[in-house]
Amino acid sequence: MKLVACLLLLSGFFLVLAALVLLASTGQRTAFVVAGLGVEILGLALLTQGYQSTTKEQR
Amino acid sequence: MNPVLCMFSIMLIPLAAAGMALIHQGLGRSRSAAHAMLATLCALAVSAIIFVLFGSAWAGVASGAAHTFSAGGARWDWLGAEPFFSHGIGFDGASAIDLSRALTLCLEMLAAGLVAIIPLSAGSDRWRLGPICLASALLAGIVFPVFAHWSWGGGWLSQMSVNFGIANFADMGGAGVIQVVGGLAALSVAWVAGPRRGKFSDDGIPAAIPGHNIVQVLFGCILALVGWIGLDSATSILFYGAGLGQVVGVIVNAMLSASAGCLAAVAVTRTRYRKPDASLSSNGWIAGLVAGSAACAMVSPVAAIFIGLMAGVLVTYAIEIFELRLQVDDPGGAVSVHALSGIWGLIALGLFGHFAQGSRGEHVLAQLVGVSALLGFVFPLVHAGNLLLNRFAPYRVDDDGHWQGMDIRELGAGAYPEFVVHADEFVPR
Repeated sequence: MKLVACLLLLSGFFLVLAALVLLASTGQRTAFVVAGLGVEILGLALLTQGYQSTTKEQR
Repeated sequence: MNPVLCMFSIMLIPLAAAGMALIHQGLGRSRSAAHAMLATLCALAVSAIIFVLFGSAWAGVASGAAHTFSAGGARWDWLGAEPFFSHGIGFDGASAIDLSRALTLCLEMLAAGLVAIIPLSAGSDRWRLGPICLASALLAGIVFPVFAHWSWGGGWLSQMSVNFGIANFADMGGAGVIQVVGGLAALSVAWVAGPRRGKFSDDGIPAAIPGHNIVQVLFGCILALVGWIGLDSATSILFYGAGLGQVVGVIVNAMLSASAGCLAAVAVTRTRYRKPDASLSSNGWIAGLVAGSAACAMVSPVAAIFIGLMAGVLVTYAIEIFELRLQVDDPGGAVSVHALSGIWGLIALGLFGHFAQGSRGEHVLAQLVGVSALLGFVFPLVHAGNLLLNRFAPYRVDDDGHWQGMDIRELGAGAYPEFVVHADEFVPR
């Protein structure tokens, strides 16, 4: 789960880079950059859940 | 550039480190106080040496040598390519370029130290000294130089206007380069080291482990203010060409955003708990400084107050959410204070900054790209580094160390030997 979460973080970043390269208008770019940030936040949420499970097991 | 003013500002930066050291050792337990202070010194020492030897080469300078590649019709400047060991930087001040490079090295060496000491707060009472030194080397040698190059050293984030026709990412006082990088490293350390023993019950309910010296914490806030003024001023002069008038604005804005952050935290905790909480209020003060540093010379005093106010409110709720809901044991609140407030400050720069060129939308977009780089590239990099280091040098102290305290376990003597220690603190549980 933690590996998938880290991959999601990187995917979000590459989505942002792709938006800069492939899109032209500020509106479209902003939409895709926000989407990329959303993917990154999803990755962070998944990572948090993974570490919560680890903490639970340690207890 | 005014080199004398820049040099004077740089000389104030160690006070930020002193303030942060007092804050995180005061928010930790008395049985780990000496360890916390020594860890700060070691982190500063390791980061200074590693940055000057290796990190400065990768951090680079604007219009200096760099590793680049071309893709999608753009030139991606992703890493500095200056000589290692700071070779070629002249300290004789023979030319303006030499002087600028020497000042950049001096500033970034101290900034790397600040990045390295931020995570100490999250690993308080359990993070061993050896791994602290290794993690400091990782931050000062690789992570900080990469993002410093992207933002301050002529990297792709600072060339977006040329490559993509949008505004450049801006970070005047280091809210992203220093604070968010350090705050994300703190989150990684809190996860890798795990929570303190006894912090969470079997049901996941956190136990309150109060700091041992709130007076030092509050004094640390005042020291940090002076250091932050120096940091914000120096980076504004060196990387954004701020003049004397703008530096005066930086001082006013730093004071205002810290004040608003502190008062917001006082008001929120007074409303929620019926009495103001001193430790959360000190976090509000630092959160105001952190958030305000991104836009320190580019916003009006009213905007600085609003930025600090929001940071103060944000940090009081974020610290609670991280502890209660997400079960992240971060004794000093470093993740909320440095990472979250720093991200808010970066976005606030896009929203409220005064810019000579480009639309507001373009500037917000540029700031969001910078935040995305921090979350999507810098965090995985620092987390992978911490996981790798943890394999060879375990971060977490053993169970004996938890009940003895880090002072006895790692240093062999406590910080306060004349204090009476209750026997039950030394009984293994």
